[in-house]
Amino acid sequence: MNDTLRLIYNGRAIACGDIPCSDQDRFLQTILEMTGRGWRVSSYCGFPAGEVTTLFCLLASPADGVLGIMQTVCTGTEFPSIAVQCPQVQLFEREIAEQCGIRFIGHPWFKPVRFVRSAVSGQDAWGRPDDQPIQVGVMDYYRVEGEEIHEVAVGPVHAGVIEPGHFRFQCHGEQVFHLEISLGYQHRGIEQLLIGGPHPQTLRQVEAIAGDTSIGHGLAYCMVLESLSQTRPPAAAHALRGIALELERLANHTGDLGAIAGDVGYLPTSSFCGRIRGDFLNMSAIICGSRFGRGLLKPGGTVFGLDQAQREELQNRLATGRAELTSAIELLWNTPSVMSRLEGTGVVSVESAVEMGLVGPAARACSLKRDVRSDYPFGIYRMAQVPIATAHHGDVCSRSSVRWEECQKSLDFCVEQLRQLPAGSHAVELKPLQGDHLSVALTEGWRGEICHLAITDADGRFKQYKVCDPSFHNWQGLAMALRNEQISDFPLCNKSFNLSYCGFDL
Amino acid sequence: MLRALKERLGIQGHRTMAYPDGPVVLPERFRGYPTLQRDLLCDLDGTACAAACPFGALGCSENGLSLDMGKCLFCADCPASSCVGFSNDHRLAVSKREELLVQTNAEHKLAQPLAPDMRKLFGRSLKFREVSAGGCNACEADSNVLTTIGWDLGRFGIQFVASPRHADGIWVTGPVSENMREALLKTWEAIPAPKIVVACGACAIAGGPFSGSPQISLGLDTLLPVDLYIPGCPPHPATILDGLLRLQGRLA
Ligand code: SF4
Ligand code: SF4
Repeated sequence: MNDTLRLIYNGRAIACGDIPCSDQDRFLQTILEMTGRGWRVSSYCGFPAGEVTTLFCLLASPADGVLGIMQTVCTGTEFPSIAVQCPQVQLFEREIAEQCGIRFIGHPWFKPVRFVRSAVSGQDAWGRPDDQPIQVGVMDYYRVEGEEIHEVAVGPVHAGVIEPGHFRFQCHGEQVFHLEISLGYQHRGIEQLLIGGPHPQTLRQVEAIAGDTSIGHGLAYCMVLESLSQTRPPAAAHALRGIALELERLANHTGDLGAIAGDVGYLPTSSFCGRIRGDFLNMSAIICGSRFGRGLLKPGGTVFGLDQAQREELQNRLATGRAELTSAIELLWNTPSVMSRLEGTGVVSVESAVEMGLVGPAARACSLKRDVRSDYPFGIYRMAQVPIATAHHGDVCSRSSVRWEECQKSLDFCVEQLRQLPAGSHAVELKPLQGDHLSVALTEGWRGEICHLAITDADGRFKQYKVCDPSFHNWQGLAMALRNEQISDFPLCNKSFNLSYCGFDL
Repeated sequence: MLRALKERLGIQGHRTMAYPDGPVVLPERFRGYPTLQRDLLCDLDGTACAAACPFGALGCSENGLSLDMGKCLFCADCPASSCVGFSNDHRLAVSKREELLVQTNAEHKLAQPLAPDMRKLFGRSLKFREVSAGGCNACEADSNVLTTIGWDLGRFGIQFVASPRHADGIWVTGPVSENMREALLKTWEAIPAPKIVVACGACAIAGGPFSGSPQISLGLDTLLPVDLYIPGCPPHPATILDGLLRLQGRLA
């Protein structure tokens, strides 16, 4: 280890003064060195203040449960890109460029991310004038030239009831040579709303970073506040939060497995899962009244507890859910025409997955053992381990089987936690936040690693708040999965990832 | 094939719910139609009461309490005002923006059927083009869930369709982010008249949790003429369906 990097644990805060500040070369060299040793870039972000921009990089160790944070200062409007040597930072660099108005020199794919103005007025990484509106989706798209090449452009408004995004396929007949994904349509300025907080609105805004991941993001936010105030939620809260997080995983995995079945035209599993997903959502509603877990969490614990009758009700529903889900999913594995559509479709190699820094089930389907619950355990997962599910082919089939295995593990977990739910209170009062501290909170949402990084000012208010949804790491994975596939397999590949637009766009 | 049939007949079964003919089943902790009851012990003045809601949904004057369901997220963060509660009543959708304002002792307003000529057109067949515009995808999810077998939206002739050209109306979720405004308006233009507008969720009605952000619009009805307001963050599927069935005149 070198002294450029300060080690930190998940869900802890450290004084800003304790974060080493290196020169640019040292900073970049450390990213290259550590990623070369198997570390991952969890977050890489920039915060402009006056003439300078401070860049932070959060690196995650593959083995010993630690994270490392470091900083450097960028004066001026240019900074060297290391995206060629370290592709997993390519999107982070573009995000910093867009938010801080810094041009990354040598970036091979230097395009806007969300099509918004930088925080520094008059400073735009692409030299777009201040007095003209920035048009979303207007950028230099990658093009394959040739007589028999055609381009298919889809979106922002898609055919289904889904979020907006723009997709461009470079095709040769049915075959996709390349897919480029351009987002930003869902941008509603969440990070800006968080500055100066925590405000009374903040938790509701964080829950709405990605509505299908309300617990995942809400929990990361609660962990940030608890670490900054050195508040320790009671045991019952940890258990309830874990149950809610796993119910969220169950609902989404179930829905996606159904959608995957639907995309290959296998309607029994599709319609069964559509309904069973709802049953899992309704279990969250038993706990807190909202199918998406809204209003369950609060910094310091949870708003609701569970009485004996509610626990029994949940246990019964989980047992029914398990039986019905098993019946629906077994049908998939036992139908050869389904399997032949899933196997070998949308392959991401393990090398690509490592290079792109994939997270969550998408990474685990490429045999990468990455899971915040076991790598950097938080809350209940410090006590109760959830086994990691992996698969080895990186195709739609692997992503599906990982999700099914995770469903089973989550069911086991919920049953176990409900049985031994600790007695006593489920919330404590939050203490005041420490000033000039940096906090890092990672949770494992159903799509993968969620990272919240917050910095307080002298008064303990958020000076900076950076959110990284797992989709930020994984959209490029979907693009790669489409290479050389039939364009008609796009929906299937897409469902196997089911990434978030709003979580990405913020 | 046989196995799929066996599972269908056995464990999976027929699952379309009895609603609207039978009752809709909601969890005990579900937060529905607000109940406003001036707590005589409450010593908050009007400003303090309004401040109990960070989203500006509450008001209090000599005339009593008010809660704007268009702004409310049903988050129950407002117990500082002990006068506000939430019942289990899922019927929240209304036809006019001002009807979202719940007041002490005022009548519970419900969505009205479309005008007779529109109802003739859309009463038995109503197709929507959904535009997701800057929300969190939970409103989309709980709109979409109506098409699953439990709710079976198709039995009312209501459907979400792929093209605006095939639609009778636009279904908007999200606070209309700057980056989606143009696509939304273009989709609206592409729908043949006569056409209707549904604002689904707090975001579409008034910005929801993001209200105040410079990146969003001030509410869908500043852009389009809204025919149905469905409050909630997100609205429960039963709330959405109630609004739709009333719009079609299927529920009285
Ligand atoms: S439930 Fe939430 S949004 Fe509604 S009035 Fe209370 S505090 Fe405001
Ligand atoms: S109203 Fe609430 S649930 Fe609906 S999109 Fe907005 S934040 Fe999400």
